[in-house]
Amino acid sequence: MSEMTLEAPAVGVQEYSATAVIATLKERYPEHVSDDGREGYEGIIVHPDKIVEVARDLQSELGYNYLASLTGVDLIEENKLEVVYHTASIQHGGDPLVLKVQVDRDNPVVPSLVPVWPGADFQEREAYDMYGIHFAGHPDLRRILTWEGFHGYPLRKDWREPFYEEDVKPFGSRWPGGEVFRAEERNPYGKNVQYPPGWVPEGSEHEAETEAYGGITYTREQSSGIKTEKITINMGPQHPSTHGVFRMAITVDGETIVGLKPVMGYLHRNHEKIGERNTFIQNIPYTDRLDYISSMSNNHGYVLAVEKLMGQSVPERAEWIRILMVELTRIVNHLWALGFLLNDLGALQTPMLYYYIERELILDLFEATAGSRMMCNYMRFGGVAYDLPDDVRGQPTMKFLHDIIHDRLPRVIEQGDQLMTGNEIVRSRGIGVGYLSPEDAIAYSTAGPVLRASGVPYDIRKANPYSYYPHLKFDVAVRYNGDIYDRFLIRIDEMQQSLRILQQVLPYLKETEGAPINDGKPQYAIRMPRGGEAYGRVENPKGELGYYITAKRRDANPSRYHVRAPSFINLTALEKMSLGHKVADVVAILGSIDIVLGEVDR
Amino acid sequence: MYGLGILKGMAVTLKHFVNSYVDDIFWSSRGGRYYNDEALAVRQSPQGKGVITVFYPEEKLAVPERFRFVPFLVTDDPAPGERWGHDWCTSCGICAKVCPPQCIWIKRGKQPNGRPKPEPEEFYIDIDICMNCGLCAEFCPFDAIKMDHDYELASYNRTTAHIHDKERLSKPISYWREIAPKKAAAEAAARQFVEEAKAKKKDKKGEGEEREARLAEAMARQLVYKGGLY
Repeated sequence: MSEMTLEAPAVGVQEYSATAVIATLKERYPEHVSDDGREGYEGIIVHPDKIVEVARDLQSELGYNYLASLTGVDLIEENKLEVVYHTASIQHGGDPLVLKVQVDRDNPVVPSLVPVWPGADFQEREAYDMYGIHFAGHPDLRRILTWEGFHGYPLRKDWREPFYEEDVKPFGSRWPGGEVFRAEERNPYGKNVQYPPGWVPEGSEHEAETEAYGGITYTREQSSGIKTEKITINMGPQHPSTHGVFRMAITVDGETIVGLKPVMGYLHRNHEKIGERNTFIQNIPYTDRLDYISSMSNNHGYVLAVEKLMGQSVPERAEWIRILMVELTRIVNHLWALGFLLNDLGALQTPMLYYYIERELILDLFEATAGSRMMCNYMRFGGVAYDLPDDVRGQPTMKFLHDIIHDRLPRVIEQGDQLMTGNEIVRSRGIGVGYLSPEDAIAYSTAGPVLRASGVPYDIRKANPYSYYPHLKFDVAVRYNGDIYDRFLIRIDEMQQSLRILQQVLPYLKETEGAPINDGKPQYAIRMPRGGEAYGRVENPKGELGYYITAKRRDANPSRYHVRAPSFINLTALEKMSLGHKVADVVAILGSIDIVLGEVDR
Repeated sequence: MYGLGILKGMAVTLKHFVNSYVDDIFWSSRGGRYYNDEALAVRQSPQGKGVITVFYPEEKLAVPERFRFVPFLVTDDPAPGERWGHDWCTSCGICAKVCPPQCIWIKRGKQPNGRPKPEPEEFYIDIDICMNCGLCAEFCPFDAIKMDHDYELASYNRTTAHIHDKERLSKPISYWREIAPKKAAAEAAARQFVEEAKAKKKDKKGEGEEREARLAEAMARQLVYKGGLY
């Protein structure tokens, strides 16, 4: 610790006792709830018959009312599939409570939690898609990231991709006898696709499409007044306002939306399968590609999860540099999000380009520090890769930072305020549109600005603090109307809070100049010193970004690597927000959620 | 008043519009605002005002030393009259093992008696697969692979032109010193430090000063790691 004493944590973070909750559950369901006794694991194992009851109890009376993450795990040695639920407490904060359900691998049926938490919707569909876990009672259980003609369940350990070489990297063919080849020549297009039995590639696509729309049902009798025809229209995937290749099947009555189904997965590359083939360090550059606007935050969440598993410490300077980078990333992301939201509202290009000027400056710093503007690959287990550079764009780094943090960025946020906040068009298109109530925001597992704009002051930096955030003074930005306009304003608030944090971080950076930036020696191959699981969560600009990692002792690769992607889960609430509005509003509502398809599709 | 918000916004736009001309006038007597290195540096700095556009490819932003693009292999400067210098690569394979998308292929050299020779016979990088993460350069213990700054690699045929072989990849150390002078100097210093520390360790083996030697070595390691200091 440096000579400058760190201030005591700004708020008394109240730990909610998970032990008591677990004891209550065990008392209520003695036959069905037991501790997870595996080494390095935590939480409880619940029998599938009682998972809905347990979830209801947790949600309604025991305080764990937020489903943070839901995912599957393939325990191939035991011939079992596992569903892992991370539930968190909005009121009390603290570590999430982990529930697990184990079912037979050959007949995996688990009751769906959608009736308890609607936010489980997409996550259960994803687990079904990836593992073939059948969620009984799910209203619309279809594949979500892969397409209907996809064969197999790709995250199962015995599934192999077309360009399969070996189970884990590094591949033996690369060294010492490296005969170069191109995978696509060994397995050319046409041969590399498998269809499920009975699937005929030609002719049946139409039915699949109908099935995709099938989730939207309506009756003609409902509408009053002029009899109008309800039609289903397709928006995207090639649509400039869907922020990438994202598609919505929208049913409209006249111009009013009566149903909306997001269709995604066009950018799907099975990030998690790649992650399980990779060694631990090889995953860091891949996390850059999730939410490619805020790669520093993605790095941070991943290294935190692995550090938790390794028990690795981080030196002081590295923590300050991490916070510097992550908060600058938040500003970059929000500038981008606001620019695009205004673009979607019809303020074409002008505000966006003004914001980009500032974004460029921050990216210059990232480039000078990490070597790349967007794919930073900057954090390492136990610290960061490099110290801050001597200069950025010809100016000493500290002066550059001082200039942008104390002068340039506050000015631009103010300018954006003048430019757009009072604008009558923005107000009339934003106020009252895309409303999401606080109860729904929690139930739908939304996170980040979407959750906080609905009046729920939940921020992981405060609720479950990590890094040096407890030593910093900042407020959780919160707005109460839950509409597009509030989601616009809250991003400005958050940027101001980020600036506050950055202004506090600068003196510490000066103070710790020359101090070590990485604990422990650099290793290109890390062997996990202990087996077990870890869930690392950070407040990404878009919401809670969580990494669930399990590994066996002495392994160089994670055996399970799951990304809880905020953009993906926030989309669960899109239909809820859009019903009753017009098609043009959907564009703005989607803009106000702020998605990045790299993270949605993974 | 209704419409005031819009007017306020227009004022901001007007300010930007005027600013772009003010800057033009300022630079008109100083060699012009465009195609002028001095002006480019100012308009790209936090003090820049007005239009910040860079007229690529006539104007280019200087890339920082740590900038990383497709890697290259470091060789000694070639002797006069010769085309290639000696490879620094010892074909230890660390870069191929750490590479996240596994785009590096190395064929290790062999001595006549069949034992491995510490230099690569062949070295390939498939730049279609390379994700420019820089881990190979970061973990190479011999400073033999470095990230290039040449980002203009467009070509007409991806199937033939995008697998770079050893000849295409090799560049002399003087090139690295040119594109990343500070980093190259720091690395050279670190290498020297390690050499000295090793020599010291050998000398002092019998004298019971192993701890000091160990410390020196640890420090050297740290320094190597921070070879990325620049």
